Amino acid sequence: MTSDSRSASYSTNAEIKPALHVTPQHGHRGGLLPELPKPILECSDVNVYYSDFRAVTGVDLVFGQNEITAMIGPSGCGKSTLLRSLNRMNDLIVGARVEGSVTFQSEDIYAKEVDAIEVRRRIGMVFQKPNPFPKSIYDNIAYGPRVIGMKASNMDDLVEEALTRAALWGEVKDKLKQSAFGLSGGQQQRLCIARTIAVKPDVILMDEPCSSLDPIATSKIEDLMFELREDYTIVIVTHNMQQAARVADRTAFFTALASEDTGDRTGVLVEFDKTQKIFESPSDQRTEDYISGRFG
Amino acid sequence: MSTLTPVGGPAIQPGRPAVSLMSTRPRHGETLVRLVLRAAAILTILITIGILVALLVPSIEFFRTVSVADFLFGDRWAPRFADASFGVLPLISATLWTSGIALLVAIPLGLGAAIFLSEYALPGVRKVLKPILEILAGIPTVVFGLFALQFVQATVLREWFALDTGAFSVLAAGLVMGVMIVPTIASISEDAMSAVPLGMRQGSAALGANRMQTTVRVVFPAALSGIIAAIVLGVSRAVGETMIVAIAAGGQARMVTGPLEQGQTMTGFIANAALGDSRVGSLEYDTLFAVGLLLFLVTLLFNFISIRFVRRFREIY
Repeated sequence: MTSDSRSASYSTNAEIKPALHVTPQHGHRGGLLPELPKPILECSDVNVYYSDFRAVTGVDLVFGQNEITAMIGPSGCGKSTLLRSLNRMNDLIVGARVEGSVTFQSEDIYAKEVDAIEVRRRIGMVFQKPNPFPKSIYDNIAYGPRVIGMKASNMDDLVEEALTRAALWGEVKDKLKQSAFGLSGGQQQRLCIARTIAVKPDVILMDEPCSSLDPIATSKIEDLMFELREDYTIVIVTHNMQQAARVADRTAFFTALASEDTGDRTGVLVEFDKTQKIFESPSDQRTEDYISGRFG
Repeated sequence: MSTLTPVGGPAIQPGRPAVSLMSTRPRHGETLVRLVLRAAAILTILITIGILVALLVPSIEFFRTVSVADFLFGDRWAPRFADASFGVLPLISATLWTSGIALLVAIPLGLGAAIFLSEYALPGVRKVLKPILEILAGIPTVVFGLFALQFVQATVLREWFALDTGAFSVLAAGLVMGVMIVPTIASISEDAMSAVPLGMRQGSAALGANRMQTTVRVVFPAALSGIIAAIVLGVSRAVGETMIVAIAAGGQARMVTGPLEQGQTMTGFIANAALGDSRVGSLEYDTLFAVGLLLFLVTLLFNFISIRFVRRFREIY
C-alpha cells in the first residue's frame, strides 16, 4: 500500500495531524519529539497492519537509553501492537507487517539483511500473562543462553545472577530443579523477567506485565523495574495509569481514531513527554480527558 | 401456581406450605433420555466384559491341554499338524517385525507431519493438508493389504530393488502398515502441539530462539503426553492390524529372522484359522482364543504403560 492510498483511505488525517501536533515534524524525525540524551530505539512514521487492517498509524517515537518509557491509552489504541513491532514479534503473526522505520542504535531492524532472531536477542520481551516453559526453574533461565549459544563459563553462576537481579533468588534457590509451574503468578512473572535478563539484552519490552498480578506482586515488579533501569532500557505498555505515573520517566499517550470512510479504528500517538508533564499539564485535551478518567 | 402466597400475605398458612417447590409438570422426556444414555454406558462396559469372558473360557480350555510355558516359550507353531506344537514365539516374532518396521516408518513421518502442520504450515495450508492426511486413515486396510502385496512386495522390493524375497515379506507388510498409521500419529500429535499456548512460543522467540529450537525444546516437551499417547495408539494399531499382514506378510508360522522373510503374525494366524473349519470345542478352535487373549493382554499392557508415562510427564499449562 502506498502512502497516497493510505492518506486517501484515512481522509481524516489532514484534520488529525494538526491536532496531534505532528504536522511540522512529518518527515523530519524527532522534530517535535523531546531531545533525549541517549536515544536507543526510534520509530519513524510507523504503520502496523494486520492484513488490510491498519492497527497503528504514523507513529514517531523515541526511547532513551536507561529510561523507562510507558505507553498508555485506551484499549484498541495499538500500544501493544506497536510494542511488538519494536522487536519483530509481529513477524510471528500471519499477515502482520510494518511500514516506516524502527531503528535500534541507528540500525533499521526491518532491513532485509537483519536477522529477527538477533533483534529479539538484543530486545527482549516480557508478556502480559506469565509464560514460563514446562521446565524446571533452572532450565527456564538457562534456556535463553543455551539456544543462542552464549558462551557462559558457568551456567550455574549465570542462572544465579539472573534470578538475583530479578529479586527471585532468595525464594527459589532451594528448588531450582522444580517445575516453574509451581511458582505463584508474581514469581512466574519475575522468572520471566529473569529469563529475559539471562540473555543480556539491551532493551526489555514489557506488555502489561502486571495485569494478571495482585498489588503486592505488582509492587515487587515495579521495584524491580527501577533496579533494572540501571542497566537496561525498559518500554512498558500498561493499562494502569498510576503504574505509568509511578515508574516511567517518559510517557507516550495513544488513542484510537475511526476512519471516516470505513469506520475502521487505528491507533495514533497523541502526546509524548516527560511523565510528570503528561500527568500534570498535558498539551492535548484528549490526554487530559484520559488521564482525568473522562474517557477510555 | 395456586399455592403461591400473595405478596404481603401471611408467610405460612397452617397446613399449607408457603411456596410449592414441586415440579409443576412431569418431565418424562428427560428421564427417558437419562435412562437411554445410562443404558448405552452400561452396555459398553458389559460388551467389553463379555468379550473378555468369551476369550477366557476357550483359553482356559486350551491351557488345560497345553501348558502356559509351552505356549509362551515354544518356538514351533504347528497347531494343525498331527505332531501338533503350540509354541507362540514364531507368531510373536512376525508381529514384532511387522510392528517394528511399521513404527520405524510411522513415528518419524507422523511426528514430522505433525511438526510441519502445527509449527510451520500457514493456516491455509494446514486447512487443506490435515483433512487430506485424515483421508489416508479412512482407506480400508484391505486396500492397503493389496497395495503391500502387489505393489510394494512384487514391484518395488522384487523388481526395482531386486531383493532376494519371495511372494510375501514382513518388510512389505510393515512398510505399508507404517503408512497406514501415519495419520493416527500425525493427527493426535498435531492436536497436542497446537494446544500448547501461543505465549510459550512467543516467550521462546523473545529470547532469540529460532523456530526449530522453539519446536524441539519448548513445544515438544509441552505436548509430550499427547505425543506419547499418539505413539502408543500407533503401536496398538500396529500390533492389532490384521488385513495387511494376513495378505502381505505370509502364511507360514516360522521364526522370522530378517525383514525379507515371510511370517505369520498373531493376527494373521487368527484371521486365517478362523476362516477354516475348526470344530467348536476342538483344541484347534481353542487355540484361536488363546492367541486372541495374548494379543489383548499385549495391547492392554501398552495402554497401561502409556497411562503411567503420560501421568509422569504431564505438563500443566
